[in-house]
Amino acid sequence: MAFMKILIAFILLWPFVGFLFNGLGRNYWSKKVIAYKATGYIVASFIASIFAFLHVQAHGAVTVHYFDFMNTATLKIPFDFKVDALSSLFLLVITGVGSLIHLYSTAYMKDEAAPHYARYFAYLNLFIFSMLILVLGDNYVVMFIGWEGVGLCSYLLIGYWFTNGNYNYAAKKAFIMNRIGDLGFLLAIFWLIAKLGTVNYSEVLTYERISNLSSFDITGITLLLFVGAMGKSAQIPLFTWLPDAMAGPTPVSALIHAATMVTAGIYMITRSNILFSHSEITQNVIAIIGISTALLAATIAIKQNDIKKVLAYSTVSQLGYMFLGLGVGAYSGAVFHVITHAFFKALLFLGAGSVIHAMHHEQDIRKMGGLKSKLPITHITFLIGCIAIAGVPPFSGFFSKDEILAAAFAKSPIYWVLGVLGAAMTAFYMFRLYATTFLGKFRGSADQENHLHESPAAMTLPLVLLAIASAIAGAIGIPEMMGGHHWLAHQLIPIVGEPVELGLTHSMEWILMAVSVSIALIALIIAISTYIKKTDEEPSTAIGKFFYNKWHIDELYNEAIVLPLNRFAGFLKNVIEKQVIDGAVNGTGKLVQYSARKVRLIQNGQVGYYILFMVIGIILLFVFWFNDLSILRFFSNLNQH
Amino acid sequence: MILVSLLFIPILAAILVLFIKNNKLANWTAILLSAFTLLLVLQTLAAPIADFDIAWLPNLNSRFVLHADGLAKILLLLTAISFPSILIATAKNEYKQKNVFLSLLLFTQAGLMGVFLAGDALLFYFFWELALIPVYFLCSIWGGEKRIAITFKFFIYTFLGSLFMLAGILFVNAHTVGHSFSIQSFVHANLTNAQQVTAFALFFIAFAIKMPIFPLHTWQPDAYEQSPTAVTMVMSAVMVKMGLYGILRWLMPLFPFAFMAHTHFVVALSVMGVLYASFIAIRQDDIKRLIAYSSIAHIGLMNAALFTHTQVATQGVLIQLFSHGINVLGLWIVADIIEQQTGTRSMQQMGGLAKKQPTLAILLVGFALANIALPLTNSFVGEFLMFNGLFLFNPWMAALAGVSIVLAAIYTLNMVQKVAYGDISEKINTMQGPNKGAQAVLIVLLILVFITGVYAQPLFDLTADTLKQLFVK
Repeated sequence: MAFMKILIAFILLWPFVGFLFNGLGRNYWSKKVIAYKATGYIVASFIASIFAFLHVQAHGAVTVHYFDFMNTATLKIPFDFKVDALSSLFLLVITGVGSLIHLYSTAYMKDEAAPHYARYFAYLNLFIFSMLILVLGDNYVVMFIGWEGVGLCSYLLIGYWFTNGNYNYAAKKAFIMNRIGDLGFLLAIFWLIAKLGTVNYSEVLTYERISNLSSFDITGITLLLFVGAMGKSAQIPLFTWLPDAMAGPTPVSALIHAATMVTAGIYMITRSNILFSHSEITQNVIAIIGISTALLAATIAIKQNDIKKVLAYSTVSQLGYMFLGLGVGAYSGAVFHVITHAFFKALLFLGAGSVIHAMHHEQDIRKMGGLKSKLPITHITFLIGCIAIAGVPPFSGFFSKDEILAAAFAKSPIYWVLGVLGAAMTAFYMFRLYATTFLGKFRGSADQENHLHESPAAMTLPLVLLAIASAIAGAIGIPEMMGGHHWLAHQLIPIVGEPVELGLTHSMEWILMAVSVSIALIALIIAISTYIKKTDEEPSTAIGKFFYNKWHIDELYNEAIVLPLNRFAGFLKNVIEKQVIDGAVNGTGKLVQYSARKVRLIQNGQVGYYILFMVIGIILLFVFWFNDLSILRFFSNLNQH
Repeated sequence: MILVSLLFIPILAAILVLFIKNNKLANWTAILLSAFTLLLVLQTLAAPIADFDIAWLPNLNSRFVLHADGLAKILLLLTAISFPSILIATAKNEYKQKNVFLSLLLFTQAGLMGVFLAGDALLFYFFWELALIPVYFLCSIWGGEKRIAITFKFFIYTFLGSLFMLAGILFVNAHTVGHSFSIQSFVHANLTNAQQVTAFALFFIAFAIKMPIFPLHTWQPDAYEQSPTAVTMVMSAVMVKMGLYGILRWLMPLFPFAFMAHTHFVVALSVMGVLYASFIAIRQDDIKRLIAYSSIAHIGLMNAALFTHTQVATQGVLIQLFSHGINVLGLWIVADIIEQQTGTRSMQQMGGLAKKQPTLAILLVGFALANIALPLTNSFVGEFLMFNGLFLFNPWMAALAGVSIVLAAIYTLNMVQKVAYGDISEKINTMQGPNKGAQAVLIVLLILVFITGVYAQPLFDLTADTLKQLFVK
């Protein structure tokens, strides 16, 4: 226990030390020191996480208590952390992928001046710290600390280049949309406290406790929790901040807006799966929103020309898949997809970063092309990422996506059909992206072409490692019908229970799999053969424009919500406040002033008024004192009548 | 004795400073003596303190009773931290006849200390006025160009409130055994329910104006905008707490029936005020008015929390009384530095602070985060408990008031964006940055924000006795 207490503190505090070190010393350290320290702290945390993981494997879950966050007569919220099968997996992903992205950043951000370089790493370290609190917390309030903490870091990193007004807007939008979700989360917490008096997982998430809740309570609580997840994990209707979040440096997109933070919603629901499984309504809502988001984002991704925007919408879409998985009860499938997605999406974003780096900050894929030979490592690793996300066996995305699709089919074949449609679109837009960027002829300026170069080792090493992981990570969840053991599902039994029997025959599963893979492959081949030759022009069809303009959802929100609220606020400020309330007050004031002048107690000036009232006060006192309490009798008589 | 010295050291300092013509020396004297007061307050925190009780106005049956429980102590601590902070942070500001200015500020401190310590209703009223009167002079002599009209409004409002309270005090006094003014005899006053309601109304109007509660709030943004910033800081960080303190110390124990009868009305009114002020804050361009409306929203939430009459929300308020003071003080100091050095309060003319003065920008962001109650800042603890109580009282009220946490993010981040981000504006470009004293104060306050945000247990412990008194019968 003492060992784990130290170990968990170690995991948590190293990134925080890094934050303080770089944040406070930003004007003092050289870039080299900053880079070594920032990356080193996360690697240290990663190594400690491995020990924690092994400890859980050998001895099971551990909860450690440090002190009480809030302790009052009716409510106690301890600062407790828990390492178990679920959080230890997330620990490895966060610190592992985090280490690689820190390493990558040391080269990617090298043109920044030292104080800003330090600021960048301080934010990144703080992000890891918050994310670790989120997954390690042993109750919903500690989770909420990390939950808002990662939102803050996301805000700071999206707006990292703070002189750019658009980036600031994107940062603010991210924070505010997340806050809307956070309000849902908070209300769910209060609801839990009101009904159960506690927020500790070990007390809330038991069948006995849950049986005390009415189905209305469970549905309400889980829906509110899901609102929180919508914000953080960018689901309809709170998803529009994520594509804008690409304003941040590309490694940030990889770490925060693809691999880790946005999966917090999936983590939270998996953690609370007992609650969610008790509400069919919530489960259906989650599945429907998940699949809708997956399809909506995929249609938009097909038409985007900014390399990061495509990946951003792809992330929204993949998160939709994970929620579909949660909605149909495939919790381990969703976690499986979180893990594989963390690898291949981090890889794709970092690959995109390498491309952008080589292209001198060009992000429009129509101005790329033929980068295959110039950036060989980036090319090969990016291709692996594309294959993995497209769901081609035996790469990792295939296994995790297939597990979700199979569970979806068992729930309702419609989910499966829509899921396969989305998978086809995924394969299409990813290989459209791949072909436009890497195949064909170079379409940029001659100047750009001369400067094309493969990125330094600090950037390519993470690419290679992530590519390997993207290729083989499926091994942790090979289904039994393929003779596998599904290590992950067994891991998660303490959290999500025994894998649910889907009631599908093996031959049925094989058929479903074959169909989805062949459709994806067809989409993939069409995309490559189309975009090896040409790029997309401005869309001409109505539907093409509609997708290209992102379904006009930003404009809709602006017209339907932002502007009316702004006008309402202006109305309150200029009409109600100034004219109605203050008007009444000033009117009364003038009346007093007028009558005071009549009494001629004073000439003018506020001191005179003061004396006036002082006199009134004194008179009151004297009346009371000398008149044998007559004024008091007056008051009490007044009341008795 | 220590309680008396908490009153007399500020008074002594005020008189002493009045006779020091050298501005620098006057400043240092004020700072040192207020720092000494802080040390004394820190001494009172550890253990229970015996009441100080001597005869005062025998004809009136009023005694000079000073009583320091957790509620008093946490506000004494806030007052004692605020004054040296304000004096240091604004030390470089130029005021004509600075010694008089400082002297009046210190009288205010004495008044505030007295308000929080008084265990006798007449004494309470006396200190209530003692805290206000110097502020009228400070605003009307040292304020901005619209000071005369604004101070008049402020004065009429608060003085009317005071009169109502005085009437209320006399009314209750008439129903006590032996016409005493002591708080114990007030608690046991023999009031019918209808009489309770009358007295409740008289007291509540005074407190509601002081906080202020919508729709009695319009004096405040004007007063904050037009007062010299040092005075604004005193009003915003400490004086508005007088209203909340009054509810906790007088209203809740004295008129339990009337209090319970008005919970729904006051909570609804307060929540409405919270949203109202938050919406208006979104549209402010003047940084001081933005902070003013933000503060109205925060105080409104605290009032709503008190009237839920839940233990958990009351605990939240007891902590938030302190935390809000620290946060708003930090915001005011940053705003003051910017206004002093750029000559503008319009945020449209700001921008680029992060590039020009990174340290000040970081401090601003820090206090902004506390203002939106981000977890691990001090105000999260208080607001979490308050919202929790609101939810227990009525889930819909909690949801409605919860909208303000989104609105707070909007207006606070708007402020950060306009002031700190973007390219360096012409005005910001003229800035030299905070002087060492102001910067040190800001850093200390920000450290306090995070320490009490991570580990608030000392504040819980400090206020446990008050909570017990109010809820365990």
